Amino acid sequence: MIKLLYIFTKPVPFRKHSSKQTNLYHIMPALEVRNLKKSFGDVQAVKDISFSVEPKEFFGLLGPNGAGKTTSIRMITGVLNPDAGSVIIEGTDLKKNFLEAKMKMGVIPEVGNIYPDLSARENIDLVGRFYGLSKATREDRADKLLTDLGLKERADDLTRKFSKGMRQRVSIACAMVHEPPILILDEPTEGLDVMSRRLIVDKVKEMNRKGSTVILTTHNIEEASRLCQRVCIVNKGSIVAIDTPDRLRKTTEMMQMVEVAFDRKVEQAWFLTGYISRAELCNDKWRFYADDLDKAIEQIVKVKEEQGVKILSMSTSGPTLEDVFVKLCEVH
Amino acid sequence: MNWNVYLRGISVVARKDMRIYYRKAPVFIFGLILPTFLFLAFFVGRELDINKYFPGFLAMSLFFTSSSVGPLIVPWEKQQGTFERLLTYPLSISSIVLGDCIAGAVFGLLISVIVGTFGILLIPITVTDIALIILAFALGNLCFSGLGVLLSSPGGKAPANIMMLAALVRFPLIFVSGIFIPVSEMTGAARYITYGSPLTYLVDLLNHSMGQDYVFDWWADLLVLTGFTVLFVTVAMSVLRRMSLKGL
Ligand SMILES: Nc1ncnc2c1ncn2[C@@H]1O[C@H](COP(=O)(O)OP(=O)(O)OP(=O)(O)O)[C@@H](O)[C@H]1O
Ligand SMILES: [Mg+2]
Repeated sequence: MIKLLYIFTKPVPFRKHSSKQTNLYHIMPALEVRNLKKSFGDVQAVKDISFSVEPKEFFGLLGPNGAGKTTSIRMITGVLNPDAGSVIIEGTDLKKNFLEAKMKMGVIPEVGNIYPDLSARENIDLVGRFYGLSKATREDRADKLLTDLGLKERADDLTRKFSKGMRQRVSIACAMVHEPPILILDEPTEGLDVMSRRLIVDKVKEMNRKGSTVILTTHNIEEASRLCQRVCIVNKGSIVAIDTPDRLRKTTEMMQMVEVAFDRKVEQAWFLTGYISRAELCNDKWRFYADDLDKAIEQIVKVKEEQGVKILSMSTSGPTLEDVFVKLCEVH
Repeated sequence: MNWNVYLRGISVVARKDMRIYYRKAPVFIFGLILPTFLFLAFFVGRELDINKYFPGFLAMSLFFTSSSVGPLIVPWEKQQGTFERLLTYPLSISSIVLGDCIAGAVFGLLISVIVGTFGILLIPITVTDIALIILAFALGNLCFSGLGVLLSSPGGKAPANIMMLAALVRFPLIFVSGIFIPVSEMTGAARYITYGSPLTYLVDLLNHSMGQDYVFDWWADLLVLTGFTVLFVTVAMSVLRRMSLKGL
């Protein structure tokens, strides 16, 4: 019986993209989500979500608690059946070719855990088996991942003795062992310290550089705006915005602001020509608002030279992604 | 459907279960200790024909061991959060259920081979049909392992509750399956009740293969056991599928 089982576990070579597929691969989105819907009883967790993610893109899903991010991720990763809509992974329909589609993903679910009764190495090895990797490949990759994630010394300890951060690092190793073309991570760094967070983020960035598409949900807006090429803001089960972090900041009709302290009194009228649309005195400093920061500063410098005043300090602040996020989620 | 990936999923799930769950305390208690005590309570120190009752005892031990792993796995994995993760691997609900069934069946098979061998060597029991006993072991273990997995599928995440439920279902079965009183010696309603228990057919099959009194034809026993196996496994799959639609 056990012998028989071994026959089934013989590795099946995991075909990446053959030359024939390469052409298709370039025009085909890595992930396409069409009209996904899911309700739990009366709660419409996901109302009607569609988006697509390009190959090699670093894509963020942002939204307040209960927005439907995890529910969307669970449908995309085949854990939950959608009430309606479809999910296409590199051209493979998740519903029609369930197993093939799942072969292409590496996932850290929000509540997904690793086996506490297995060591770090055994956990990674087990996942490698699920994806049909050969023994040698499994061992090599486990070694490399454990080293990169700073777990080398504890590789053979049971993970029940690990801290949360260490468990999460094993978890990310499990999601990466088969070097998936698409990585889907639901709040992978939630509640971790700086070290663990950095190790995980660096590893994810490395995978992205090597060509994996990354889809990340997070509450850490700063992290999202730093990492993601595009972010999708979800609120109450619907998409409210989807764009690059920079453009999102610009399109929310919030002005940029320059705060300047001068060495003596200046007149408001000096500045209100050209690019600066508003100027106000706030404590001892002047605040100038403009759409184009660069032009505004140019003008301030011009005024300074014409009037012979000195600038004591100057700082700029635009709307952060957080401002955008709060604004969008309030409106809706 | 990619059969290669599907079959590999089943076998890796089964191996994982063997590696992790055979060592869990509830498996040891419900699978090994319990049938041993039942044996001691009913057979030892009484003037019974051991040859006549051995097939029943063997069936009972097979029943308890093979159905002890199944109720544990799914609730345990839901509780520790690994079940959701399994679903993200190239697996489906059906490959998880089949893998769990195989793990339970292999455990039952190992123990029943040991018990059977002891019986043959020590008592000694005579086996009249070796092929039939192999079939009975294979089918019986799959069937009751399937029952074990089925018992765990509807519940929540507390393994202790599921183990209780599983014990509640399993215990009465051994009293209505011709283990302590052979079906051939029963009359009236009691006899009809035994027909509803899948364990009856395993006892009957073992009676066939050890030259004891039997009630049904051997092929009928095999047929009914196969039917129960398919029933348990498919119901387990559909219940789990429904649970996962609701978000587990
Ligand atoms: N299994 C379930 N049963 C019932 N309701 C659910 C279930 N899962 C999610 N919900 C509901 O669906 C909505 C969306 O939840 P979801 O977990 O997708 O949010 P989220 O965006 O991931 O939030 P968070 O940032 O807190 O993780 C919530 O109102 C939640 O209560
Ligand atoms: Mg969530």
